[in-house]
Amino acid sequence: MGNVLEIDRITKRFPGVVANDAVSLDVEAGEIHALVGENGSGKSTLMNIVYGLYQADSGEIRLNGERVEIDDPRDAINLGLGMVFQHFMLVDTLTVAENVILRAEPQKFRFVDYRKAEQEVARLADAYGLRIDPRAKVADISVGQEQRVEILKALYRRAKVLILDEPTAVLTPQETEELFQVMRNLREQGTTIVFITHKIKEVLAISDRVSVLRRGKLVGTRSTAETGHKELAEMMVGREVLLRVEKEPAKPGAPVAEISGLYVDDQRGTAAVKDVSLKIRQGEVVGIAGVEGNGQQELVEAITGLTTARTGKVLLHGEPIQHLGPMRIKRKGISYIPEDRHKRGLILDYNVADNLILGLHTQPPFVEHRLFRSERHIAEHARKLVEEYDIRPPNPELLMYTLSGGNQQKAIVAREFSRRPEFLICSQPTRGLDIGAIEFIHREIIRQRDRGTAILLVSAELDEILSLSDTIAVMYDGKIVAVLPAQEADERRLGYLMLGGDPHLPEGDAERGVTAT
Amino acid sequence: MWWEYVVYFVNATVLAAALRMATPLIFASMGGILSERSGIINIGLEGMMLTGAFMGMLVTFYTANPWVGLIGALLSGGVVGLVHAVATVRYKVDQVVSGTAINIFAGGFTVFMLRTVFDVAGTSPAVERIPTVAVPLLRRIPFIGDILGHQNPVVYLALILVVAVHLFLFHTVWGLRLRAVGEHPRAADTVGINVFRARYLAVIASGALAGLGGAYLSIAHLSRFGDGMTAGRGFIALAAMIFGKWTPFGALGASILFGFADAVQMRLQEVGIPRHFVLMLPYILTMVALAGFIGRATPPKSIGKPYEKE
Ligand SMILES: Nc1ncnc2c1ncn2[C@@H]1O[C@H](COP(=O)(O)OP(=O)(O)O)[C@@H](O)[C@H]1O
Ligand SMILES: [Mg+2]
Repeated sequence: MGNVLEIDRITKRFPGVVANDAVSLDVEAGEIHALVGENGSGKSTLMNIVYGLYQADSGEIRLNGERVEIDDPRDAINLGLGMVFQHFMLVDTLTVAENVILRAEPQKFRFVDYRKAEQEVARLADAYGLRIDPRAKVADISVGQEQRVEILKALYRRAKVLILDEPTAVLTPQETEELFQVMRNLREQGTTIVFITHKIKEVLAISDRVSVLRRGKLVGTRSTAETGHKELAEMMVGREVLLRVEKEPAKPGAPVAEISGLYVDDQRGTAAVKDVSLKIRQGEVVGIAGVEGNGQQELVEAITGLTTARTGKVLLHGEPIQHLGPMRIKRKGISYIPEDRHKRGLILDYNVADNLILGLHTQPPFVEHRLFRSERHIAEHARKLVEEYDIRPPNPELLMYTLSGGNQQKAIVAREFSRRPEFLICSQPTRGLDIGAIEFIHREIIRQRDRGTAILLVSAELDEILSLSDTIAVMYDGKIVAVLPAQEADERRLGYLMLGGDPHLPEGDAERGVTAT
Repeated sequence: MWWEYVVYFVNATVLAAALRMATPLIFASMGGILSERSGIINIGLEGMMLTGAFMGMLVTFYTANPWVGLIGALLSGGVVGLVHAVATVRYKVDQVVSGTAINIFAGGFTVFMLRTVFDVAGTSPAVERIPTVAVPLLRRIPFIGDILGHQNPVVYLALILVVAVHLFLFHTVWGLRLRAVGEHPRAADTVGINVFRARYLAVIASGALAGLGGAYLSIAHLSRFGDGMTAGRGFIALAAMIFGKWTPFGALGASILFGFADAVQMRLQEVGIPRHFVLMLPYILTMVALAGFIGRATPPKSIGKPYEKE
């Protein structure tokens, strides 16, 4: 089969960036074509141009060999293009059916024929295996269902080419699997799909071919069967990527932090952390593995002073700190990389420079004469960190929300690591980031370890725990159920323990105990 | 006995008066609903009503036909709506600021015109008015007939309008699209709805309806224009719209409730309760209603925010 969609030397500039730089890409009829690249590499921009939301500065688009002008989404829809956006475009207060038919309503004398609309939506949903209730209000359905509504919207408009912009970013693994099934159904029935993602695993699982963008340029297109994880990662990042973190064995020193008999209540007042004791020594990474929601967050909040423990002790160099507030705990040399960078770690409406002194903003040299900001020191600090931690774009005056997730996280890491903490707590430090940023942050964590910092790492990603930790503690139902040296741990054993398996059974028996690992 | 008091205040005569007092509120609140459902706050309803009241009188003065006057009010209100639309949709002026400016301008403009055209201050000369009619069968139904049977045609027009706006919003394709525009303009844009055009039309219609509400005062209820004769009814209509959760029937109910407070107020004066105290009643009722109920009313989501492409 030939190409349905040909993108020919498309260039698009935004103030300060070339989002697409002469990108050419062919999509064959009936294939699932993955479009990958790190955050900010121009994937969404390219597809927004195809869909008529943005206008290219130069280049052309051909559909079935014919040059087309796509001035707005209406043109795109008429040409048989459909797009599901990264941020859904649904009207909450309307029903599923109303959202699907919007501006293509079945009607009688300009009155909406709701019966026909609901029948049609139900029929389509059935045909493609998209389970959904046409009468449900969109405000009441799950994110996974919202996505189905978006897909239905495109199908209802007879889309022949369907563009999905990072559809899996908001889905659980289960929902992702369901989406893939739907995509396979669509392909079977002749729909061509452009699938945007930055997860290589997904590319390999579902696509027929894959194109890689990097900093606005097309790096290349491969047949999925003839490429692999390593090549794609390198194409995305532009250099060899260490999928494993390189590190020397740890040289642990004296204990820095000691937690004993800690009980912490959650917001509803039930015990979320139960009798936790842990010791973290200089120059070692202690990883806490566990399915999310088993008390990790409460544990971290108690150590950092964001909540108060019910009973138990947290000692820093032998001195109890569990009764102190977050500011004073911070001043004792504890740094914290929070799991929700938008709620906890940053003020998105402040600029980068001000974010880089958060928590230090009351101390010299950032304060002069006890009252006034020292703009000179603040600017100098920002300039130094932006360069050292490669925060992009390298302009400390930009407001934080204009940065990509990876660069926001780099800013937090820069601020916290540059304080040279004695005890560092990292909670899900790489959630939602792309490979390049993950690699960078992993390297920095190991660098901190090697200068003697005691590190507590909480992560739901087993890969991350296994590659960074020296000692691994498994948390289940608020308790530490096992502590083991990293050399003795592997994915299977940890998975078993995380789901509540008995730590005293040897591994052979372990496998009989669980199925989900 | 207590029920004698109830009957004194709640009877067909008072309810008929309530409906008359509610009529300008109904027109303006329907206008408010259209504008706000499209995402544009219309605090300028008051000024649009006042303009309509004046122009309705003026056109009637020259044509001696109050029905033509009504059309004049409709058009002039629409023009003021257009001004609000250009300011807020095209130039993205803050919607509250634009509406407030319209109110201030309309107040000054009508006083000025009254002086220039008629060389009088305060009230215009008397003009023809639309006479009340008696509906043959309806008026014979006991109680209901006493309330509805003998009213001004413009009152009936208001009631028909409520049904029309309801059908428009919730049953036609344009209504569905308008609601989408007000809730999530970008989503509407991505399926090819022209957000700007929808908002222009909604705000112009909003002004036209408010203009009709104003004209009811000057050429149906009374037969002359007086300075500031809308007396805050544009704001009360806004309250009725919110109280009615941006739905036509809800706003109708709230308008009648406020109209009722207005009618009872006249009765209370008869029994010798101080006039200025009594005049506060509809406003107090408005505030109590809003304080008590607004918590559960959510406005269209994009309201107040100008839409930008890209
Ligand atoms: N509307 C816009 N205005 C200015 N810059 C933009 C806009 N949209 C995207 N960009 C910039 O263009 C680049 C590519 O962004 P995008 O296409 O969203 O990347 P991706 O989808 O691959 O993460 C980024 O540097 C981003 O900051
Ligand atoms: Mg994107």
